[in-house]
Amino acid sequence: MIDVENLIKEFGPKRAVNGVSFTVRRGEILGFLGPNGAGKSTTMRMITGFFPPTSGKVRIGDHDISEEPIAAKKLIGYLPESAPCYSDMTVSGFLRFTAEMRGMRGAQIDAAVARVAGLCFLEGVLHQSVDTLSKGYRHRTCFAQSILHDPEVLVLDEPTDGLDPNQKHEVRQIIKRMGQTKAIIFSTHILEEVEACCSRAIIIDRGTVVANGTPAELKARADAAGSVHLRVRNVAAETLKSRLSGLPVAGRVQIHDNSDGSLSARVFPRDKSTRADLALSVAQAATQSGWSFDELHTEEGRLDDVFRAITLPDSVKARE
Amino acid sequence: MNESLRNIWTILKRELTGYFASPVAYVFIVIFLLLNGFFTFMLGGFFELGEASLSRPFFNWHPWLYLFLVPAAGMRLWAEERRVGTLELLLTMPITAAQAIIGKFLACWAFLALALALTFPVVGSVYYLGHPDGGAIFAGYVGSLLLAGAYLAVTVATSAMTRNQVISFILSVVICFFLILAGWEPVTSLLVRWAPAGLVELVTGFSVMPHFASFQRGVIDFRDLLFFASVIVFSLFGTSVILRGLRGA
Repeated sequence: MIDVENLIKEFGPKRAVNGVSFTVRRGEILGFLGPNGAGKSTTMRMITGFFPPTSGKVRIGDHDISEEPIAAKKLIGYLPESAPCYSDMTVSGFLRFTAEMRGMRGAQIDAAVARVAGLCFLEGVLHQSVDTLSKGYRHRTCFAQSILHDPEVLVLDEPTDGLDPNQKHEVRQIIKRMGQTKAIIFSTHILEEVEACCSRAIIIDRGTVVANGTPAELKARADAAGSVHLRVRNVAAETLKSRLSGLPVAGRVQIHDNSDGSLSARVFPRDKSTRADLALSVAQAATQSGWSFDELHTEEGRLDDVFRAITLPDSVKARE
Repeated sequence: MNESLRNIWTILKRELTGYFASPVAYVFIVIFLLLNGFFTFMLGGFFELGEASLSRPFFNWHPWLYLFLVPAAGMRLWAEERRVGTLELLLTMPITAAQAIIGKFLACWAFLALALALTFPVVGSVYYLGHPDGGAIFAGYVGSLLLAGAYLAVTVATSAMTRNQVISFILSVVICFFLILAGWEPVTSLLVRWAPAGLVELVTGFSVMPHFASFQRGVIDFRDLLFFASVIVFSLFGTSVILRGLRGA
């Protein structure tokens, strides 16, 4: 539904987005990650037709956003970054205005407004003026505006920003539910959110896509991914280290002295092919040696680590 | 109804309700009417003139009155959208920028027309006191409305230039002031003394004054209509260029 091809945006001499390409199909939820200023919002603004791209193409369904902007925009629901609303209107007035702009009439408007007010928990504030609302309500009002016309394509710039944990959960549920039948792209800083609802994630840094895959694939790129963690009691550090390093499938072994007297060992696989057998070998070694252990698991890798490893400037990496 | 007309109508409706949702609209109308009354009856010497006409005591003041009131009414049109960020919302809806510009312009113009219409007691007064030329009064009102429209179109453009309403206000006052001065007699008579006739004509050609003056005299001339229409179209087109520039095209 969303086809982005080699998108470039320049502001004067500065290149904010540099050759971004990706596709989002119907039924897919794409998480858009990146540090501040990486070009996420600029990319979204080009997808929604607010910024014309310097070069490159955006197709929404069958329509090119530059050539048939009206037809393309009809398919899109958009929540801009700061969730702006007309502050001189009531919530219901604002939603009715949006509905009319989306081409709805009469009873259609009533039905659509009632539907999104229910979905976004706005029934209580429908007749309140927007500028008297708290940030969370304003945010949900703008979110309601974006799903009002039940769009095929949903572009959400930080949809859970500024919401409390319950509201965050609610919005995520709505996104997940809508994601079954629509193409959704949303940007966020919260990495758990990506794991919780995205079928795919893209990491963008300094205007280019640096990673693109399912959350599981991305996590596997973490340094610690695939290593086995073992916690034992009453074993000498030296014995532990030499026994585990002796395993044919094991590579590097790190021993960590926990404050409660137990020892933790982290065993990295020797190479990718030994990953699968690693946990079993470590478990066998531990039982054969008669160690008492209370924890043994394979690390999945954390999205945080991947994100940091990919997007940290080299100067900062060198310092660490 | 045609889709683009419908979009314009939706935006117009929103802007108009926006005006009346706050006390600003009422304050504006009251100030406009008070100033009109003050200028007409106190400074304009409505009674002393002893003629049943609105040309001198009433319409004469409008270029000066509108100089401050029209920018005040229109300064928020785009500046506020830019400041709050709703511009992004508006321009990602399935409408063209031109529809949004026209809708906003017409909304504010309709509001100014309403304020102008509320000066009807002045018309009643001249009819009560004498036998005025109805056609001249009608022409005066048409001219006044067009004058307001020209100022407003300039304000719409300056409003799109900045996210600060005050800057937008000052810019449009300066530009509208130029539109007055370029053809205001005290200035042109100064200019005539040293400038070549061609230059004087060029400068006065930009002014609203001679065109408004013929409406004041009761003449609705096609050339004057064309002048105001072209100021409005040019300014609104300029607005669309400014908005496109904002988005980095």
